[in-house]
Amino acid sequence: MALLSASGVNVVYQPSRGQRISAVRDVDLSLEQGEFVGLVGESGCGKSTLGFALTRMLRPPARLERGQIIFDGVDVSSLDGEELRRRRRNGFALVLQSGMNALNPVRTVGRHFGDILKAHAEPGEKHSAAAVRERGTELLGKVHLDPDVLSRFPHELSGGMRQRVSIALALSLEPQLIVFDEPTTALDVIVQGAVMQTIKELQREHKFTALLISHDLGVVLESTDRVLVMYAGRIVEDQPSRDLLTGPHHPYTEALLSCYGDPRADEVQLGEIPGSPPDLSLSEPGCPFTPRCPLAEEVCHTVDPPLTILGRGRAACHVRAPLVSVESGAAHVR
Amino acid sequence: MSADRAATARPDGARRTGADVPALVLNGVTKTYRVRGRNRKLVTAVDDVSFTVAPGAAVGLVGASGSGKTTLARMIAGSQRPSYGTIDFGQLAVHRLHTRGLRRYHHRVQMVFQDPYGALNPLHTVEYTIARPCQNFLGMSARQAQARVHELLETVGLTPPAQFAAKLPHQLSGGQRQRVVIARALACDPDLIVADEPVSMLDVSLRAGVLRLLAKLRAERGLSLLYITHDLLSARVVTDEILVLNGGRIVEQGPTKRVLQHPKDDYTIRLLDAVANPYAIAAAAPSIDTTAASTP
Repeated sequence: MALLSASGVNVVYQPSRGQRISAVRDVDLSLEQGEFVGLVGESGCGKSTLGFALTRMLRPPARLERGQIIFDGVDVSSLDGEELRRRRRNGFALVLQSGMNALNPVRTVGRHFGDILKAHAEPGEKHSAAAVRERGTELLGKVHLDPDVLSRFPHELSGGMRQRVSIALALSLEPQLIVFDEPTTALDVIVQGAVMQTIKELQREHKFTALLISHDLGVVLESTDRVLVMYAGRIVEDQPSRDLLTGPHHPYTEALLSCYGDPRADEVQLGEIPGSPPDLSLSEPGCPFTPRCPLAEEVCHTVDPPLTILGRGRAACHVRAPLVSVESGAAHVR
Repeated sequence: MSADRAATARPDGARRTGADVPALVLNGVTKTYRVRGRNRKLVTAVDDVSFTVAPGAAVGLVGASGSGKTTLARMIAGSQRPSYGTIDFGQLAVHRLHTRGLRRYHHRVQMVFQDPYGALNPLHTVEYTIARPCQNFLGMSARQAQARVHELLETVGLTPPAQFAAKLPHQLSGGQRQRVVIARALACDPDLIVADEPVSMLDVSLRAGVLRLLAKLRAERGLSLLYITHDLLSARVVTDEILVLNGGRIVEQGPTKRVLQHPKDDYTIRLLDAVANPYAIAAAAPSIDTTAASTP
C-alpha cells in the first residue's frame, strides 16, 4: 500500500485583496513506502506549494481547497491542531531551500535539536540536556558533521553545513516521509554533489520515503527512482527516472531535458523553452503548455488533457497519450 | 592621473574598431584579508593571478565557491583594490583608479551580476534604469536616451520595447530581469562585460536564451567577455578560453574545449564530475527497453 496517496488536490492562494491564484490543480499522486521520488518544473509551477500541501504546512493565504491526502492510512487533509501535531511526529518532515532561513539565528544548533525533541515529546517524556546532546551528536554524525557544531550559531556555519544541519533536524524524529524542497539550490556545485550524496545514503540507510522538489532535472534524475513533472499546477508526466530520461512522453519534459548537455562533448547545443509558464491566476481552456509546445494540435487549445496511463508511467498530452474518448468526442461534435 | 584621451575623443556610441579596444591585463594580482576575531588570521583570497582578456575574446573563470572568483571580479570592476599586483585596461591602471578615473573605466567595462532581483532598483521603471547610463556616460538628452532604451530592449529580446520600458522590476520574470541588467550594461557601449554568474539564479529553461544573447552581442558588437561561473556547461557554451581557479590560484588554463575534454588538474575533474548531467547516467548504465515493457 502506498505510504501517501493524494487525490484531487487543489491549492489556492486567496489574498484578502487581489487575485485568487490557483497554484495546484487536481493533482493525483502516490508515494510508495521507501520510494525516492522527484518533483520538477520551472519556478512558479506549484512544486513547493504541492510539497507544503502534502505535509500540511500551507499557511494563509494558501489554502487546501479540495482534495484528500491519505498518509499511512489516515486522512491528514482534515486533521487539525493537536491531532495533526501528533501525526507529524514520526510522520513527515520538511527540509527547506535555504538553511539560513530555516534555522533560528539566535539559537545554537544544539538548542534546535532540543526544541524539536521537546515540542514532540510524549506526555511524561523528558529530554535532559545530556540526552539532547547525545541525540544531536548522533544525528550530526549521520550528516557528516562534528559534534562541536552543536554549540555553534547558524551564522557560524557555511551554506552546505547549514543544509546538513537542516537535514539532521528533519531526521531527529525518524519520519516516514521527508520532503526536500530545493535542498541544494543555494549551494555551489561541489557542495551540492556532496549534500545530495548524503541524502541518498541516508535514504538507503533509513528507508524513509523521500520527495525531492527541484527545478534541476539533472539533479533529480541522478538520485530518484521516479520523477513527477509539474507544469502550471498540474502533474503532466510521471515515469520511472530511467524511462523518463530515455523516453520522455510529454513535450515539456523533452524540452527540459534538452536544456542539459555534457560539457565534455564535441559539440554542445543547449535547448531552451521559449516563453514562460502561464499566469496561474487565469484559467485558460486547453492544455497549459500549448503556447510553448512544438507539437500542439487543434484539440490542445480547447481540451485540457487528463493524466493517463502510458507505458510504465502517466502523461497528460493529447499528442503523446491520446485518449480515445476525447477523440471520438471531438469527432462527434464535428 | 593620466587622462585616457582615446575614450573622450571617440564619438559617443560609435561602434568600436578592433584597433582601439584595449586588452584587460592582470599581473600578479593578490588579495589578502585580515579575518576579524581573536587570532586575526591572514587569508589570501586571490593569490598571484595573471591573465589577459584580449579584445573580442571570451574568457571563462571557473571555480567552486570560495575559490576567489568573486573577489577577482570585484577587483576587476574597481570596487576593491588588489593588495599586490596590477590590473591594466589600455592606459587605465585599474588598481589605482579613483572616482573620475573609475568613471572613465566604467564607461568601457560593465558588470552583470548574479542576482537580477538585487541588481535593479524596485522603484525605477525599466526605461529609467537603462536611460540613466545613456544620459550619464553618453551625455544623451532624455529623448535620445528613450530611443536608445528601445533599441537596447530589442537587442536583448524584450519586445515590444514600449511595453517593457514602462514596467517595474517586480512585473518581470527572472530571465527578463537579467535581460534588463544586460541591456543596462550595454547602454554605455562598453568594450568589456564582466558577467559574474549571470545565469545561476535562472531556471534551467531560460539559461540557454541568456547565454545565446551574450554570444550574439559578442559577435555583433565585438565585445570582450569575462564570464565567471561554477557551471562548466555554460562556460563551455560561451567561452573560448578557460581559467580554473582553486584556493585563489589558477590551477589550469587553456582553450575551453581542450581543458574540459582533457582536464589535467584534479580539481577540474572534480568540478566536471559535479555537473548534473543526466545523459552521463544514461550512457553509464543503459536502461531496459521501455517499448518492450509498454507493449501489451
